Amino acid sequence: MPVTDSAVSVRNVSKSYGQVEALRDLSLEFPRGQLTSLLGPSGCGKTTLLKIIAGLLPASSGTIEVGGKAVVGPGPDRAFVFQDFALLPWASVIRNVAFGLELRGVARSEREAKAEKYIREVGLAGFEKSFPHELSGGMRQRVGLARALSVDAQVLLLDEPFSAVDEQTRRKFQEDLIALVQNENKTFIFVTHSIEEAVYVSDQIAILLPRPSRVHEIIRPSISRAQGLGSIRRDPEYLDIVDEIWASLRSYVE
Amino acid sequence: MTIHGYKLPMMSSLLVWGLLWEIVGQLDLTFFVPPLSEVLVTLFGLVQTPAFLRALSTTAYAFWVGVISAIVIGIPVGILMGKSRLLDELLLPWVNIFLSAPLTALVPVLMVLFGFGTKTIIITTALFAVWIIILNARAGVRNINRSLVEMSRSFGASPLDAFFKIYFWAALPEILGGVRIGVIRAVKGVIIGQLLISIVGFGALFELYSSNFLMAEFWAVLIVLFALAFTLSEFLAFLERKVAYYAASR
Ligand SMILES: Nc1ncnc2c1ncn2[C@@H]1O[C@H](COP(=O)(O)OP(=O)(O)OP(=O)(O)O)[C@@H](O)[C@H]1O
Ligand SMILES: [Mg+2]
Repeated sequence: MPVTDSAVSVRNVSKSYGQVEALRDLSLEFPRGQLTSLLGPSGCGKTTLLKIIAGLLPASSGTIEVGGKAVVGPGPDRAFVFQDFALLPWASVIRNVAFGLELRGVARSEREAKAEKYIREVGLAGFEKSFPHELSGGMRQRVGLARALSVDAQVLLLDEPFSAVDEQTRRKFQEDLIALVQNENKTFIFVTHSIEEAVYVSDQIAILLPRPSRVHEIIRPSISRAQGLGSIRRDPEYLDIVDEIWASLRSYVE
Repeated sequence: MTIHGYKLPMMSSLLVWGLLWEIVGQLDLTFFVPPLSEVLVTLFGLVQTPAFLRALSTTAYAFWVGVISAIVIGIPVGILMGKSRLLDELLLPWVNIFLSAPLTALVPVLMVLFGFGTKTIIITTALFAVWIIILNARAGVRNINRSLVEMSRSFGASPLDAFFKIYFWAALPEILGGVRIGVIRAVKGVIIGQLLISIVGFGALFELYSSNFLMAEFWAVLIVLFALAFTLSEFLAFLERKVAYYAASR
């Protein structure tokens, strides 16, 4: 795979919450148009890093650049998909999906047209008028995804988006995500706990070590997806990489 | 409630109490309790008199202005207290003191400050209602799901957007609960105000009837007042139920 330019650069970022040092001197490049997974044990600072990139948290030191510009706060070039969906429970699906555009001052007819398009794209056509409490967990996560896609940000930040859905839905989502990365030409930053999931969907995997967290290793799986997604899980390289990652993480779990 | 498998309509216990009242009244035990039937007949005659209608409009005016001010001040203050630690630390002790203080004792002070007219009655009414509205709006905001706030920030919400599109709606179930209790307290406030400050409105009617031992009239006005307060509170409870679908899933 040719080395492309970076959509997001994290340089020497440290972050402390009072006495707790979450990140120490972490640097990482996120290639444009690819999916990078952040993988690491619980509490190692994955969400922290994602929120710093999103501009929701200030870094204690270091710099973040998105598209060559330093991050000082949230911006239209990034969209966040939340682990707990973060849907407005009082608003219909279509208003939820259009909410990012609403905040940006897009006219109602325009933003609803766009929202409808993405609702169809994530497979929720017919549920535009439903409310979040009428949807399953998997469907809610699709709403959150459609909302992030509809603002057309260059960088999508996903914090364990599939952790609240069942295994079948999760596999379907993983396939959809791979298709999305290929079709949308956007940069995806994806937090997960699952080694298999990371190897399955990623172009690049950054393994983080426990606090204070740094990048321990970067793995670029070169599994061919050309023969269809079904064969990835039987690919010897897929199995090797899963083993390799497990080997380097197991000492921290024990 | 069901008895022997029959479902009784809501508030059928009132019928039982009404019957008891009638019996006690017919027994003529005390002048204080005339029979319910007499009270009801008096009521229907009374509500058509100009004196009653004047009292109703005077009271309604003071009541609504007081309640609306309490809502318009209470909700934003409560929301801001829920959002800002500093404001919360500054104001919370006062809100708690006034919530449980015997506000009636403050009325003479208000009279000195604001005179003996409608203005003071309105302020008394608002003062009875506002504290619980503040506390509930504050509680609603403090229960808010943090990730909704982060979500709105990540999509570029201004503080004003966040206030009107996230905080207000997220706190709405608690806000409505606060307004409902506030309204009930305001009924108390407006009558106390009318009795203590200047003898007008329903306060004047109560004063007139009780000092002349016109018990049927006295009870009739009380029933009207109770019915109005009850209807209002039921209407707000209905609004509360309308937002209950998301109160559990925030
Ligand atoms: N608001 C906060 N205040 C204090 N400490 C915090 C705060 N948020 C996170 N931390 C600490 O920072 C560390 C990293 O937290 P973070 O949520 O980024 O981990 P994570 O890798 O996302 O974990 P998980 O996989 O369990 O979601 C944790 O040890 C946590 O205790
Ligand atoms: Mg996390």
